[in-house]
Amino acid sequence: MTPVTPRPRRRLAYTLDVKGSPYLYISPFFLLFGALGLFPLLYTAYVSLTDWNLLETTRQWVGFDNYAELLADDYFWNALFNTVSIWLLSTIPQLLVALAVAHMLNRSLRAKTFFRMGVLLPNVTSIVAVTIIFAQLFGRDFGMVNWLLGAVGLDPIDWQAGTLSSHIAISVIVIWRWTGYNALIYLAAMQAVPEHVYEAATIDGAGQWTQFWKITIPMLRPTIIFTAVVSTIGGFQIIAEPLLFQAGTGNPTGGSDRQFQTVGLYLYEQGFGLYEFGYASAIAWTLCLVIVVMALVNFSITRRIKSG
Amino acid sequence: MATTLTPAPPATTGRALRRTRTRRQKGPRTAGFWTYAALVAFLLGSLFPIYWSLIVASHDNEAIGKVPPVLTPGGHLFENIARVFDTTAFGQALANSFLVSGTVTVSVVLFSTLAGFAFAKLRFRGRKGLLVAAIATTTVPHQLGIIPLYILMGELGWTGRIEAVIVPGLVTAFGVFFMTQYLTGAVPDELLEAGRMDGCTTIRLFWHVVLPAARPAAAVLGLFTFMQAWNDFFWPLVVLTPENPTVQVALSTLASGYTTDFALVLTGTVIATIPMVVVFTLLGRQIIGGIMSGAIKG
Repeated sequence: MTPVTPRPRRRLAYTLDVKGSPYLYISPFFLLFGALGLFPLLYTAYVSLTDWNLLETTRQWVGFDNYAELLADDYFWNALFNTVSIWLLSTIPQLLVALAVAHMLNRSLRAKTFFRMGVLLPNVTSIVAVTIIFAQLFGRDFGMVNWLLGAVGLDPIDWQAGTLSSHIAISVIVIWRWTGYNALIYLAAMQAVPEHVYEAATIDGAGQWTQFWKITIPMLRPTIIFTAVVSTIGGFQIIAEPLLFQAGTGNPTGGSDRQFQTVGLYLYEQGFGLYEFGYASAIAWTLCLVIVVMALVNFSITRRIKSG
Repeated sequence: MATTLTPAPPATTGRALRRTRTRRQKGPRTAGFWTYAALVAFLLGSLFPIYWSLIVASHDNEAIGKVPPVLTPGGHLFENIARVFDTTAFGQALANSFLVSGTVTVSVVLFSTLAGFAFAKLRFRGRKGLLVAAIATTTVPHQLGIIPLYILMGELGWTGRIEAVIVPGLVTAFGVFFMTQYLTGAVPDELLEAGRMDGCTTIRLFWHVVLPAARPAAAVLGLFTFMQAWNDFFWPLVVLTPENPTVQVALSTLASGYTTDFALVLTGTVIATIPMVVVFTLLGRQIIGGIMSGAIKG
């Protein structure tokens, strides 16, 4: 930009406006974010190195004791196992189904907008409402799911009680809420694939299935990497679903045997059930580290799509 | 104001139409019966839990254990709604949720547009670095800072008060990123230059050129922000009390207190979900456009 030089007496005001005012425009974001976003993040690191209990009003520097304690804590490893298990059970089917749905939506369809909206609807509902509804559907005595199982001659399942069964039920909630959203993201990427690529493939005699695996999937690689990383970040922080799936008690233990307590829920239990702020902060930083590592692992796995 | 807007390129409907037609003739790209069948099945699966909550909410509790399950709405909806408002602070919760979501939406849209304008169109020292810093923060897990944030709210005396939910939501890094992306393409540099030549100050450029141009993206960002604020649960749960809740917190209180009263609890979910479904039905097109435009993808 090369503006005309203004009259001298207005030069200062002009320079201030052009050089200075941008900082004014970005300052609300950076000030608010710094105070209420960044500062708490860094402060967590400090709190995690203290023994800080709100109820006992103790507050004392303990170095890495909290982390050492955490690594020897069976509840933490149990929660980490549950988190990984629920994340795998929910992410893999979710992304695969989303790909299939996107592929179907990418055909020339009647009522295109209607289908797209219908697919996205679960995503605008609240996690709280949805989890409550699903907890009812998965209920042991009056749940619709068990009634359906009975209708095809299977025994009812106490979904909450078992480790695997509770993980499946919670994963269903996550899958139900996020598949359509991911499908739309895939659809957007699919529409960016030039039509002539498919036309050429059709001429060469490649069928639907071959086209999907040899053209669509490789072309979608960056998007698949993106969704895999995002669902890692989201999936590892899951709290509300396991908290509310344990209907009736409001307990953050994730079931009577902690069979579906996630790391996020354990953080909540330590931090806001027992008010062990130091220990809970150590959980928060450890969880963050786990998320970074898992996101990188995912990144490197999904990056191989093309060669695979 | 200079009006040197270049006219929009002529619509290419003719060409687009021809392309669709060739695509249809090709056969395999056209949706067949099984595609429709699969999509309809997927849609029914997406709708059913919401429909089911309406069923339960419109019956009394006796209807729930019935075999086979009742699948049509009953006549107890209004009675159940009245019970929800009697048992919890649901009226207060609705008012709080509207206040939180409304304030947060206005603030996020305004501050994001301001910052987005600076990042997209103004030249200043440290622009790149600051933008990267802002974007990087979108990937940080939110829960990481929740304990110090709680301590901070305690220091401010905001624990249990609605400010504690509003203030941390006033800006989002995502919003800044989203508006930066949009404004980079939506506002021609020549237009801003022309404005400067005419002696416009930066803030007047923002007001007269950038804000009008930002309207479509601002609408999408506003919708997303509103829905997110409305559905936000974990932080409000931590910092608010059952006496002064948001809708989601009131809902969780309802669910944890009355285990067997499914009709009551699911009526609560219906009330909490209705505003979202209404917004979505009216503006779903824009939301889908927002997700698919690529900006939302991050």
